[in-house]
Amino acid sequence: MKHVVAEVAAIPAGARHVTEAGGKRIVIYNLGGEFFALADRCPHQGASLSAGQIMGHVCSTAPGQYDYARRGEVVRCPWHAWEFDIRTGKSFFDPRRVKTRAYDAHVECGELLAAESFSVAVENSYVVVEV
Amino acid sequence: MNMMLANAKPASATLGLCDVDIHPRAQSRHAFDPWLSAEMRHRMHTYGLRPRHGYVRGTPFPKSQPLASRRDAWTPQGGSPASDLAFFREQHLDHYGIDVGLLNPLQPSGQGDTNDGFSAAMAHAVNEWQLAEWVVPEPRLRASIVVPYEDPEASAREIRKRAGNPRFSQVLLMSRTSMPLGNPRYWPIYEAAQEAGLPVGIHAFGYSGWAMTNGGWPSFYIEEVSEHATSCQSLLISMVVEGVFERFPRLKIVLIECGMAWLPSVAWRLDKIYPSLRCEVPHLKRKPSEYIRDHVWVSTQPIEEPERPEHLRDTMEWIGWDKILYASDYPHWDFDDPRLSIPNWLPAETRAAIYGGNARAVYGW
Repeated sequence: MKHVVAEVAAIPAGARHVTEAGGKRIVIYNLGGEFFALADRCPHQGASLSAGQIMGHVCSTAPGQYDYARRGEVVRCPWHAWEFDIRTGKSFFDPRRVKTRAYDAHVECGELLAAESFSVAVENSYVVVEV
Repeated sequence: MNMMLANAKPASATLGLCDVDIHPRAQSRHAFDPWLSAEMRHRMHTYGLRPRHGYVRGTPFPKSQPLASRRDAWTPQGGSPASDLAFFREQHLDHYGIDVGLLNPLQPSGQGDTNDGFSAAMAHAVNEWQLAEWVVPEPRLRASIVVPYEDPEASAREIRKRAGNPRFSQVLLMSRTSMPLGNPRYWPIYEAAQEAGLPVGIHAFGYSGWAMTNGGWPSFYIEEVSEHATSCQSLLISMVVEGVFERFPRLKIVLIECGMAWLPSVAWRLDKIYPSLRCEVPHLKRKPSEYIRDHVWVSTQPIEEPERPEHLRDTMEWIGWDKILYASDYPHWDFDDPRLSIPNWLPAETRAAIYGGNARAVYGW
């Protein structure tokens, strides 16, 4: 189901925004104009990912070599510091099995949303999430 | 802000919910001033604490999160985690429905300080501070007797001073000490604890003056936190083979934040070697594992999470279903939510024992 979250201007690049849609708490991230939505609940012990630090991915090709990549695209749980990829919801330590639910988030123009009978301003653009 | 699961006590905590590892924090080092002599106040604020690790400021490794704490545990006013009783009540005691919480003050407690006199003065002040700021205003809380453990005679005096006061529930030691904890040098502590009828809680960490691994200083914090298993193995082996439990047959040891799955394998190794080396330690009258099973309790946080749950269940069964105590480690970053950290595949009566029954039995709550 489509849920209109906010005007695009309300979630600037690098920011996060918490919303409730379909009875679920969802956190929306703006990565340089692209929007991503994750369930706001760590799969480990349930803390809010939205209260976690946004950081990059410390990676390494060999012991002793480090790189700091994907700046701003990783969220770290506020409790046990598990890291999740904001783009996919997958954890870095076990991406196949440990992940938080990711939802489709994108931008739609007010004109089309109004046509779908959402109450929005036709001249603005909105972040929407599919739940 | 962090939205935690709604307020609720775990459904199977039918014997109450007891948390044996809570770390209160002073808002500043001046918090202890009322109970320090003028000389010791001067020492505190002029020279500061001198833990046994090379006269550097701070901890040996960065601790994952600022002040090693949950990011949501800072007070709404920006104060340090677990430094404000009202916020602590709301976020922890009330949120989970905790019936009894045991305080384990860490730095700046003065434990293991290089200056014995200062360590003893701080232990007294920290114990008074626990009473005045926490345990008297909040009857769900109990204090630990902080002792200057590198000065065992002074430690015994501090224990005797608090003996009989039901607001104190255990004697607190750290796992890293300047000698292995079974060494007779520490026996005045065990003698006083047994006399007072109080368990001795040994919490992971501390500054011993020695590297924290058997092979020297490690490179990473992950090595430090994994090392709790090995340093506890050393101290426990020392306590068993020195004959601490022969000499103090009513002594109870609670290992806090040390993990537990390593414990059976240590006992098995000791039992394996004991028949060959028995004459080296003739003061032992029983198999080493029997002392461990009778005298040692463990706390859950951070509980091992093996892929196959039966591996953990087997180690818990060996340790004893009556010897395992729930601990949260609040407000630290590796905190455990009671509803999610105690495995739900355990029978309900076992979970009830871990949540509260076992702690009530060992601490007399």
